[in-house]
Amino acid sequence: MFDFSIVTTWVDQFLRTYLPEFWVLAIEFVVVGVVMLALYAVIALVLIYFERKICAFFQCRLGPNRVGPYGIFQSIADMLKMLIKEIIPINHTDKLLFYLAPFFVVVASFLTFGAIPFGNGLQAFDFNIGVFYLLAVSSLGVIGILMAGWASNNKYSMIGAMRSGAQLVSYELSAGLSLLTMVVLSGDLQLSTIIEKQSDTWFIFQGHLPAVVAFVIYLIAGHAETNRGPFDLPEAESELTAGYHTEYSGLQFGMFYLAEYLNMFIIASIATTVFLGGWMPFHIGGLDGFNQVMDYIPSVVWFFGKAFALMFLSLWVRWTFPRLRIDQLLHLEWKYLLPINMVNLLIMVGIVLLGWYF
Amino acid sequence: MEAIKQLILATAPEAVLEEKAHLTVTVAPDDLRALATALKNDPASRFDFLIQLTGVDEGENFSVIYFMTSTDDMTRQLVVKTYTTDRENPVLPTVSDIWGTALLNEREVFGFLGIRFIGHPDMRHLFLTERWKGYPLRKDYDASREANPVDVTSYPMSDHSETWVKGKDGIQHEKIQLFEEDDYVLNIGPQHPATHGVLHFRTALDGEIIKKIDVNCGYIHRGIEKLSEGLTYPQILHFTDRLDYLSAHINRHALCICVEKAAGIEVTDRTEVIRTIMDELTRITSHLLSWATMCMDMGALTAFIYGMRDREKIMDIFEETTGGRLIQNYNVIGGVMADLHPDFQRKVKAFIPYMREKLKEYHQLYTGNVIAVNRMIGVGVLSKETAISYAVSGPVGRASGLSCDLRKIMPYSAYGKVEFKEIVRHEGDCMARYLNRLDEIEESLHILEQLIDAIPEGEYCVKTKPIIRLPEGEYFQRVEAARGEFGVYIQSRGDKTPWRLKFRSPSMALVSVMDTICRGAKVADLVTIGGSMDYVIPDIDR
Repeated sequence: MFDFSIVTTWVDQFLRTYLPEFWVLAIEFVVVGVVMLALYAVIALVLIYFERKICAFFQCRLGPNRVGPYGIFQSIADMLKMLIKEIIPINHTDKLLFYLAPFFVVVASFLTFGAIPFGNGLQAFDFNIGVFYLLAVSSLGVIGILMAGWASNNKYSMIGAMRSGAQLVSYELSAGLSLLTMVVLSGDLQLSTIIEKQSDTWFIFQGHLPAVVAFVIYLIAGHAETNRGPFDLPEAESELTAGYHTEYSGLQFGMFYLAEYLNMFIIASIATTVFLGGWMPFHIGGLDGFNQVMDYIPSVVWFFGKAFALMFLSLWVRWTFPRLRIDQLLHLEWKYLLPINMVNLLIMVGIVLLGWYF
Repeated sequence: MEAIKQLILATAPEAVLEEKAHLTVTVAPDDLRALATALKNDPASRFDFLIQLTGVDEGENFSVIYFMTSTDDMTRQLVVKTYTTDRENPVLPTVSDIWGTALLNEREVFGFLGIRFIGHPDMRHLFLTERWKGYPLRKDYDASREANPVDVTSYPMSDHSETWVKGKDGIQHEKIQLFEEDDYVLNIGPQHPATHGVLHFRTALDGEIIKKIDVNCGYIHRGIEKLSEGLTYPQILHFTDRLDYLSAHINRHALCICVEKAAGIEVTDRTEVIRTIMDELTRITSHLLSWATMCMDMGALTAFIYGMRDREKIMDIFEETTGGRLIQNYNVIGGVMADLHPDFQRKVKAFIPYMREKLKEYHQLYTGNVIAVNRMIGVGVLSKETAISYAVSGPVGRASGLSCDLRKIMPYSAYGKVEFKEIVRHEGDCMARYLNRLDEIEESLHILEQLIDAIPEGEYCVKTKPIIRLPEGEYFQRVEAARGEFGVYIQSRGDKTPWRLKFRSPSMALVSVMDTICRGAKVADLVTIGGSMDYVIPDIDR
């Protein structure tokens, strides 16, 4: 398995031989930042195309097929359109919060995006409270949404933002507890260690029943956190026209849009990392020949393959299910997911103490 | 009928009874409320379903015509007339506390004829703005451009309404506040994805819970009834398709039957069968669209595309024969515009099994879905009493346990010859309405199956005179449109144009119950309920 840290360490060493530490770090920060931003944008474009095509197949349509072969340049054309569209200024808004809100949403999702291990050694920063960090920053986005809803001075936006607040605060609990269940199993918060521990078997197989339950709950909660159907109440286009981003246009709307797609990817990546072994290939303990064959597939392919499989699941759900109502949404969380999750956590603790995992 | 006559004469001794097509009673305004209450409550009559409330300018006086029936026996019909001779300041007593459907209909009459109804709790114009000068349906109305110039100023909507009550010293005028001071009023519409057109709900909210809905109609009011007064009957036909554009064929059918009966035109059996087949195809397209948009309102876009995909098949069948897809202009007085396309029968026969297959798919995709079930069961319950009071009919009325299918009760065209079930459910919630539509598609397919091989040979259209004059009199025709009972009322004075023509709109009854059944529901439920009601805005506004 090719370790990308060999390349990064070599670059680091090379720079250090010629430059003082300050400049080395400055250059590395800029390079990593630019690469991540580019990756962020590219993944969003790919995802938008991916979603439109898949949605089209679900709905017996063809989807984009005019711009480029199979319409692959459609999302690029859309991006260009979005970039040059006019930003319509709205009167009677809280200008500062109104213009700040999209940045909050994007920055929150970007902070999460930075900590994701994309491959063996391909991680921007890896520190010992990784899972905790992910949970902390991924929930910051709701501030942006609340700001957008409040500052727009629009009743639809306001209702959308309030729904979003209630929804995110609730589902953050489930997401956190289900990740905590896996932290109990791994015994570590650092993402690289979590992946390392899955080299023989992925956690979802190691922790068998409680892990599967936690995985399902995480998918539901994560889906809810990304504000996508059937949990798209904050936007709910048939009820609230567009919810919290009703008043936004042009690039500002584009940022919400970008963050929405990236959040979907982030949720899938976290689930991949914690439950499905991240970039770790599919290994079966003892079958060395099989494991070696699996190792030939690059780690990046493994990571994106798993993440896209999970996103496909999310799209499938989105394009099949109708939207929940706000009270049903909160019932689902507080009456079902949370109690199940707590019991599940206890079971996991028992299993780990008794050593009943693989 | 004799018992009813006696009852009428007992309550209002001065009433004038006439035996026309329906028993017609003319009463003085003072006796109206007593008579209405008696007619509604007396077990012999039980006229609890007010089909139409029409205001007419008779020349020297204004009259209001109440066309009513009983839910015990829908074929028992009665026409009550009242009048006022005061053209300057006409007032009549309200019946809105006796029949809920009068709430909106009396507002319509007020807007168009200027008759104020004493005791009506919300006497605003329904379709026109408060600033409109003149009353359009009065015969002395000034329709010139100078009287009502096009005004592009935006006026704020008033939060107040008015009511007139009879006090000690004459009729008094009171101001009514529509919403409470600190209500959070959300404007759903006039441009909103869930209203399916330009309808405006002013919704007072408590958090997400609806406290009150104030319905504002008239954004696409085109004055069809007024326009009709200046056009001949074949010309009026073109308006009917544009009322409820989703059951265009059925509306036109209603007017054709009404004119044919009045003019004594006999249509051929072939015409009757063709019209029935077309009616049922229209009903299927309408229910499919309704199913699709209801699912879309609840957030399931895939279901929407499925519904539209299958609706397209019928549109193609329509297009071949009639040349139109949404609006077909196919019925004419005396028959239909053109003969069936040679492929028509083959295509309809292929469509029937296809649609049955797809109905199964719909149930698999959506009906059993846990979220959909939770969103629909027990939501927006319309009780049978409310449905009757507000004259709600069609799939919605039948979902509340009201047996009101006019195809069964008073069969017209070829409906007498075919076998089909009337779908009645008793829950009255969104789920019942939703399932009713899908089941009605199944029944319509069953009707098509029986008729498609039995189209008799013959003329598709009989020759009629170029100018059709209806003999003096009043003509009512009721048919079952996709959304409920569609009615035509023609008052003719022997001219080639009607003196007064009124369309009874099923959607108006549907939208009038929205306030009642949405109270206490969530904003998301409003959208579901609206989808399950399936009103069409041009049909309300006319």
